[in-house]
Amino acid sequence: MKKLFAAGLTVLGTAVLAIPAVAADTINGAGATFPAPIYQKWFEEYKASHPSVQINYQPIGSGGGIAQLQKGTVDFGASDMPMTDDQIKQTPVKPLHFPTVMGAVVLSYNIPGVTAKLKFSPEAIAGMYLGTIQKWSDAKIKADNPGVNLPDKEIEIVHRSDGSGTTFVFVDYLSKVSPEWKSKVGANTSVAWPVGLGGKGNDGVEGLIKQTPNSIGYVELIYAVNNKMAFADVKNAAGKFVTPSFESVTAAAANSKEMPPDFRVSITNAPGAGSYPISTFTWLLVPSEIKDAAKKKDITDFLAWMLTTGQNDAQGLSYAPLPKAVVSRVQAQIKMVK
Amino acid sequence: MSKGTSFRNRRRHAVNNVMLTVCGLCALLTVSTLFVVLGFLVYNGISSVNIDFFTRLPLAPGQEGGGMANAIVGSAMIVVVATVIGLPVGFFAGIYLAEFGGKTFAFLVRYTADLLNGIPSIVIGIFAWTVIVVPMHHFSALAGSVALSLMLIPIVARNTEQFLLEVPVAMREGSLALGATKWRTIASVIVPAARKGIMTGMILGVARISGETAPLLFTALNNQFWSTGVSEPTASLPVMIFTHAVAPYDDWHRQAWAAGLVLLTLVLVANILARTVISRGASLPR
Amino acid sequence: MSKRRFGGDEVAHIITFLFAALIIAVTIGLVWQLWLHSAAARQKFGFSFLASKLWNPVTDEFGAVPFIYGTIITSFLALLISVPLGVGAAIYLSELAPTKVSNILTFLIELLAAVPSVIFGLLAIFTLIPLMRDYIEPFLKNVLGFLPLFSGRAYGIGYLTAAAILGVMTFPFIISVSREALMAVPREQREAALALGATRWESTFDAVLPFARLGIIGSVFLALARALGETMAVTMVIGNDPSVHASLFAPGYTIAAVIANEFSEATGDVYLASLVELGLVLFALTIVINGLAQMMIVLTTRKGSRKG
Repeated sequence: MKKLFAAGLTVLGTAVLAIPAVAADTINGAGATFPAPIYQKWFEEYKASHPSVQINYQPIGSGGGIAQLQKGTVDFGASDMPMTDDQIKQTPVKPLHFPTVMGAVVLSYNIPGVTAKLKFSPEAIAGMYLGTIQKWSDAKIKADNPGVNLPDKEIEIVHRSDGSGTTFVFVDYLSKVSPEWKSKVGANTSVAWPVGLGGKGNDGVEGLIKQTPNSIGYVELIYAVNNKMAFADVKNAAGKFVTPSFESVTAAAANSKEMPPDFRVSITNAPGAGSYPISTFTWLLVPSEIKDAAKKKDITDFLAWMLTTGQNDAQGLSYAPLPKAVVSRVQAQIKMVK
Repeated sequence: MSKGTSFRNRRRHAVNNVMLTVCGLCALLTVSTLFVVLGFLVYNGISSVNIDFFTRLPLAPGQEGGGMANAIVGSAMIVVVATVIGLPVGFFAGIYLAEFGGKTFAFLVRYTADLLNGIPSIVIGIFAWTVIVVPMHHFSALAGSVALSLMLIPIVARNTEQFLLEVPVAMREGSLALGATKWRTIASVIVPAARKGIMTGMILGVARISGETAPLLFTALNNQFWSTGVSEPTASLPVMIFTHAVAPYDDWHRQAWAAGLVLLTLVLVANILARTVISRGASLPR
Repeated sequence: MSKRRFGGDEVAHIITFLFAALIIAVTIGLVWQLWLHSAAARQKFGFSFLASKLWNPVTDEFGAVPFIYGTIITSFLALLISVPLGVGAAIYLSELAPTKVSNILTFLIELLAAVPSVIFGLLAIFTLIPLMRDYIEPFLKNVLGFLPLFSGRAYGIGYLTAAAILGVMTFPFIISVSREALMAVPREQREAALALGATRWESTFDAVLPFARLGIIGSVFLALARALGETMAVTMVIGNDPSVHASLFAPGYTIAAVIANEFSEATGDVYLASLVELGLVLFALTIVINGLAQMMIVLTTRKGSRKG
């Protein structure tokens, strides 16, 4: 009986283990949820045109991407927050930052009965997330939204519970526009939030917003669009209320300071009338030295593909493609991967 | 005086009836939970359990359709490897405890096995991460399997021990009297006699680990494609249910329900078969 | 001839011994790894880790209080729900129901124990949270809102919801162990009480229950140990807020949930070590509670050392 059982198990085991006879190189990457929709689309498309290369990307948050890259458990990472000098020092193989697309962090909200597009000033956003503005009917919010019937209900704040580049972009912006935020909370991938519920990933946050009446949270534009949720116009540094879109993100990048050689730059609160103030680049973090020649070729080939063919997918998913000037400089960086 | 007594009696009987009813209601409420769970899963998931679900790969968010074929196969792979590792260890350890164990050492093994059994699965996940993922520089199905096998071992060990000990002394003595060695007795007489209970415990243990999610979160991670081997990140049904349930997409919710229904059906069927068909009245592990 | 026989038994002894020793080795290894990987946090914070409420990845300051608080609160609340219901059900199953019915219902309860945690979480997100947010929490707020326990915003996500789903998940442990403890009480007890004119309830409550007390308490500890370590269902409904709140409606965090959410993202040694140290704390908690549970169950159930 025991023998039969063992024999059956062996047969089943061999059968199951033999299934992954998929002859493909697997590259493993992990990181930001912000660009996950376009990354996963890219990797699906890339696999279709290059069947022998399978790139598995797990959206675990920018913090996760950086952490796993540091521990060497993934072949590449991804983050919306550029790595700090300290973090780069702690990474055994120096990582290179490859910008991929640009995107907008939008304020997505769910207020039953309100169908109009809301407008928020920086003070309003900071106030809501600091907990000093507690109701939708607050004067500061009403001032920018005349004519909208805002309910006298409490604002349910949603933020990220995991280490997030999206969070970084959002709080980086808040630190620039609100001295109170800067001193009380600061900017990082994970902060000590004064108020709110925590969702895991951009998905988790949008999921919470969808399920919680009178809530507001910050997510990448495509998450709000895909789920048909409302998102707000934000007042930029020039005093204009701008709708997040790939155009206003492109304007923000164009009006920002010069891109440094290592591509680590923040474009939040950019000057210019048409700039959306909570815009960002997002990066793939690739080790500057990849010992496995086959993996190195697969990754560098993908990067080249991403900078040309891949960029065509951006607009359709509400991301902004990289500015042409940047593309040629990034292409040059591919050669730096040894 | 008789009025007083009969009032007290009436009250006692009233209390009796009320409390008995309350207890009956408690039983009803708790048992019905199982059916509530099943009911919701069937109601929300049955329409999504279709051929696509079993054969297609998941699609990038925002696209409707796709399935969880890779997660089903992935789970099977992870559980099979965990079983291959854990079952023999548990089985032989159980034999040791029942047949060979010296007083103190056997006590230590039992105590440790019970300890291991009680460790939260997330902590076991941490352990698997430190000893497999980090040195291998890779998330892998293997790490997930090792974590799961650590949960399987104490279940199988204690269960095997329990049923071996229940074999009547007469059978052992009879075999030894006929001249068989101890190990022959164990292999040919005692284990076969206890096989029903042992197998039940094994099946229940495997069913239990196939539903576990926490130990897989940072060991096997997840994979949007087919897994290419035990040393690669692998999708699994429980992890998929988790990620799809917390996401905002309605399509993913639909698939989460379907996956939940499939998983629960498999687990319940295994449990029912093991407890009724195989064990036939043997008293069972929890 | 006799040498060969001796050899066979010796070999069997050694092989099985090795596998048994493996269990001990692995467990020791586990504790050692937890100790090792939490070093950075233990060195930096010492015992103040257990007293600090701060969880701040930006400034690398970590404390265990919000998670220990959340873990204990949700588990105790869960027991508040499941113990009365569970013991009541156990009484029904052992004392009042006809044997066949009792066996079938017990079978069904044991199936409930086999339902994976993530499935409870799935249900909790889509059915329990709206129920809590739209009906139960507003009701509690209206009736008991003057208490700090029931004040504040009712999200539907938070300590109370986590406790509710944990309560449901712990039913089977309370019921099956309590039922056995009750059934282990000698028949004479009941018969004596009934012979003296007690009602069924009185016989149960006054004559049987006291004898089964230890076993029932053991079942409570068992359920507690399970609730403390429960990860998925709690993670999906607790709200992920690493702070301490007085209100049960508020979002919070448990040790298991924070590890599940933040482990793969912990950048830097201290962050990761803090999470591992939390794992160590949870491990210690569950050992103690499980140990107590085993002791009590061993003392009262019919079969000696039954693993719980």
